[in-house]
Amino acid sequence: MKRWVLPVLLVAITLGAWQIAASTGALAQLFNLESFLVPSPAEVASSLWDNRALLAENAWVTLREVLAGFGCGLLAGVGSAVALHLSETLRRATYPLLVASQAIPIVAIAPILIVLFGFGVWPKLVIVALVCFFPITVNTLDGLRAVDPDAIKLMRSLDGSRWQIFRRVEAPTALPYTFSGAKVAVAVAVIGAVFAEWAGSSVGTGGLGALIRVDNALLQTSRLFAEVFVLAVIAIGLFGLLALAERRVVTWR
Amino acid sequence: MRQDTSMNAETGALRVPQSGTAQAAPEGDGVAIRGLGHAYGELQTIERLELEVEPHAVVGLVGPSGCGKSTLLELICGLREPSAGTIGVGGASSAPERLARCAYMPQRDLLLPWYSALDNAGLALRNQGRRKGAARAEAAELFGRFGLAGFEATAPAELSGGMRQRVAFLRTLLAGKPVLALDEPFAALDAITRAEMQEWLAGALRTDPRTVVLVTHDVEEALYLCDRVAVLSARPGRIIAELRAPDPRAEDRDAAVTDPAFVAVREEAMRALREGMR
Repeated sequence: MKRWVLPVLLVAITLGAWQIAASTGALAQLFNLESFLVPSPAEVASSLWDNRALLAENAWVTLREVLAGFGCGLLAGVGSAVALHLSETLRRATYPLLVASQAIPIVAIAPILIVLFGFGVWPKLVIVALVCFFPITVNTLDGLRAVDPDAIKLMRSLDGSRWQIFRRVEAPTALPYTFSGAKVAVAVAVIGAVFAEWAGSSVGTGGLGALIRVDNALLQTSRLFAEVFVLAVIAIGLFGLLALAERRVVTWR
Repeated sequence: MRQDTSMNAETGALRVPQSGTAQAAPEGDGVAIRGLGHAYGELQTIERLELEVEPHAVVGLVGPSGCGKSTLLELICGLREPSAGTIGVGGASSAPERLARCAYMPQRDLLLPWYSALDNAGLALRNQGRRKGAARAEAAELFGRFGLAGFEATAPAELSGGMRQRVAFLRTLLAGKPVLALDEPFAALDAITRAEMQEWLAGALRTDPRTVVLVTHDVEEALYLCDRVAVLSARPGRIIAELRAPDPRAEDRDAAVTDPAFVAVREEAMRALREGMR
């Protein structure tokens, strides 16, 4: 049996059961809800199709924010990890602060960022970059510190300079760790972007997060499900792309 | 893992070119250690150690585990600073000068998994500023004589234990340094491969003589490969006996180690080792 048969079967069974429960009204009855609040998969699918232009336009907005924010988070994360690795003093001074900063809920600072940067793309970018920064920094730093000390001695004995030790031993050792951090980051990046859009966006092309907020108020449940579906596709797709890139780049594992 | 087959057939022709390395070609620097002491914090690992290694001599260091053998190699190679005494390599005694004159081969092969066998072998050449193509060409020239022909592009994980060790030794040799410091190079290998590798290394050093300090816990290996074997005491390590290996020894390992003279020296070394452990 192929690896994907079981998960696909599970999804099919779940969708089928959901379809029956929703279309017969059983699900609405169970939760004591109006039946329009409990859309069936078929209704979600048709909403997905009917609103394809709107969804695609807003998905593109969200995707751009995710990509730009992730890119900034990646650069900043790898950059700080390298800096912290090279400077013992810097690491001791800032690492505890870095960890402590994770205790600040992004939910609390998002409105502040909206106030500071307005309703445009900047607060979204900053929020996405912020949520990406931590997993990438911590994982990359772990990778740089995972280097075998004997390998460093060997490189020194083979006339390796500090830069050559970094380039030929430390960086390749850290690379798989950076990928792990990036995969975690890209999943939370989508959440971050939606949250930022939710916290403040101009209506119309505010991205899927803004659309979700509006449809929530309008009780447009089937379109809400369609939006969530598109978000999941974005997150899974980006994760898959990263996993693919990792396999191409980290050939020695 | 691939199996090793007759690896020592071609080593008779071994010759390592020493063109254009950063320091002078290995004419033969000796090692002179005087009153050496070393401590990790409170723990005294080496005490009043004296050792003289003439240019192109092969000297073995045997001793109980934890007696500071590996530390001694790192000290010689300039990877550590002694807390007492001096280490001279070819007349120079500062750590950077020792670093420039010695090539260290650690216990584990530590081949870099992201490089091919060829690029691992040429690592020192790349560090010394050689271009990728030139480093590869220089390393490739020796691959055949090291029984590695056809494995240039192979990833380290695909090589057998013996082959990995030969790549690691080639990497050490290509650094072009006059002194080689080998830390239990064959400890991780099975008995048969180890015996083959010993024979192979003996051949390699006959055709390309270097000053060698070889750490091992195998007295037989030390006496077969080395001109002289120093026995270290338990920590803090110092030299309690120096034995001269029978000379000449047969090139064939089995013949060499079963020779009555060899057996006699081995017994003597074992006695010294046992005393040192007390």
